[in-house]
Amino acid sequence: MELICPAGTPAAFREAVDAGADAVYCGFRDETNARNFPGLNFSRDELKAAIAYARQHGAMTFVAINTFMRAGREKLWHEAVDDAVRLGADAVILADFGLMAYTAERYPDQRLHVSVQASAANADAVNFLVETFRAKRVVLPRILTIPDIARLAKQIRCEIEVFVFGGLCVMAEGRCSLSSYATGKSPNMNGICSPASHVRYREDGRELVSELGDYTINRFPAGEAAGYPTLCKGRFNVADERGYAFEDPVSLDVMDHVDLLREAGVSALKIEGRQRGKAYVAEVVSVMRRAVAANAAERPALISRLRLLSEGQRTTSGAYEKRWR
Amino acid sequence: MTVTTLPSLSLGPVLYLWDGPKWRDFYFRIADEAPIAHVFIGETVCSKRLHFIEPHVGEVVERLEQAGKSVSLSSLALVTLERESQLVRALARDSAHPVEANDLSALGLLAGKPHAIGPLINVYNGATARLLASRGATSICLPPELPMTSVREIVRDAPGVAFEIFAFGRVPLAISARCAHARSKGLVKDNCQFICGDDPDGLVVETLDRQPFLVLNGVQTVSHTCQALIQELPELADAGISRIRLSPQDCDMVSVARAFDDAIAGRSAPADAIARLQEAYPGTRLSNGFHYAQQGAAWIAGHAST
Repeated sequence: MELICPAGTPAAFREAVDAGADAVYCGFRDETNARNFPGLNFSRDELKAAIAYARQHGAMTFVAINTFMRAGREKLWHEAVDDAVRLGADAVILADFGLMAYTAERYPDQRLHVSVQASAANADAVNFLVETFRAKRVVLPRILTIPDIARLAKQIRCEIEVFVFGGLCVMAEGRCSLSSYATGKSPNMNGICSPASHVRYREDGRELVSELGDYTINRFPAGEAAGYPTLCKGRFNVADERGYAFEDPVSLDVMDHVDLLREAGVSALKIEGRQRGKAYVAEVVSVMRRAVAANAAERPALISRLRLLSEGQRTTSGAYEKRWR
Repeated sequence: MTVTTLPSLSLGPVLYLWDGPKWRDFYFRIADEAPIAHVFIGETVCSKRLHFIEPHVGEVVERLEQAGKSVSLSSLALVTLERESQLVRALARDSAHPVEANDLSALGLLAGKPHAIGPLINVYNGATARLLASRGATSICLPPELPMTSVREIVRDAPGVAFEIFAFGRVPLAISARCAHARSKGLVKDNCQFICGDDPDGLVVETLDRQPFLVLNGVQTVSHTCQALIQELPELADAGISRIRLSPQDCDMVSVARAFDDAIAGRSAPADAIARLQEAYPGTRLSNGFHYAQQGAAWIAGHAST
């Protein structure tokens, strides 16, 4: 199985290649990609250098252009595809049908991957994208169990990539407007969720309050570590019960199930984290590289090392296990 | 001076779990009393709920059609199980009525047949609308988070498609494999006891500062505020919008439809129309922020089209 690794900066890109990534994915420094965070992502020249570096070391480069084209501003997305193709991207990762159609028509030989943001969650959906746009690979939304994936793999005519480590969307990806409801900034349109520009922390008595836009997302009593107010991982009241209504502040870790994913027919394992620093990327990629190759006896030690790197050090296997539902 | 065709009213599917008789009686009243031209029916949120409405679909369709309304059947929004895939396949293959696609599988299966596109399919630009139209889509309900600037561009860019705007109702914001509604009552999705049926207008999620924020509807999360694009109707008509979608809430939807109908026809002023919505859906907070590219929960007062 291929290991697909994140890079938000050229330095992280090189670290990922050096640490053994089969492919590194990254995006341009604008709203065309779903990690449009300040200070992240690549200029055209940086992408060109990154692709050359990857080639020298036998790694591939995937360019994520996976937000939805804003009506009237399609040129920005078209140019992103034009430039990714021209600079030699091994694959473009797309979510918008209009952009897929543009790419399939203009660049019939360009390898097209379906982004997780497209929300292709079943065989008919994937086959629609394969037939219509000649997609070669689908990144599955994080809403399927491993048996669901195994069943899907038998019915589709393209490769499967799944997220195995890092941030976890609780909601079906590409179909969530929670952030834009609270802040006006949307993952689909702006490539951003729970944007830092709308985050505030304030003290209220002995509690630290985290806010997103006009809403309190969490309150941390003295002594409890305060986390970032990602909307779906906040604490709320539902019918007078106080708690994490959607999901605890956990991150995804499915490394315990690597063999099952391989047997299910998964071609590539994806690490989330383009917003992470280069040291994190280097460490996660190198440990993951060994964990994927390791036998069942060696793997647990490597996995416990990975867990130390996780957000809040608490992890979940999310929707990959049925009981999560 | 250009003559604009006035938009007609459509009614989206009931998003909440209502018991069979309540669901049936709701549509009977719509058939008999509401000035609505197009009705979309069907369970879109959770396949586990289907058996509640199934026994009544036939009589509801008949009553609506007798009243002169066009009826379409809406497909599931989230399709992951084999059983769910089979349901969508059967609907696409066998339906005697037009189908509204709410996920990508339905899109693929409906190719070549006239069909509708629901608000949960990501249509953010004219290129996507044109692609869907070339495959048989005749109407598209645009995603509720789209700002008016995008709406105008898309309509202009895809002639021949009847565009629809989500103009009334709590806005569907997210859907998950996990059921937060069941979880909130100490259950899990696979053994949920249909607990979402206890909340026919959804279950409110408040912030820890007691501010109402979101509403749970099974695996779906909707807004706490009720989208109300009613002062914006002239602007929407001017942009070429063909249909105004009302999404059923557990309130007097006939009055809501009449308020919109009067506002579209210019028989009532915006302030009057807003007051009538508030009367039909007491205690609700209205919002229209998405339309103005602001946070969706915001209410921008005053006249539109400025």
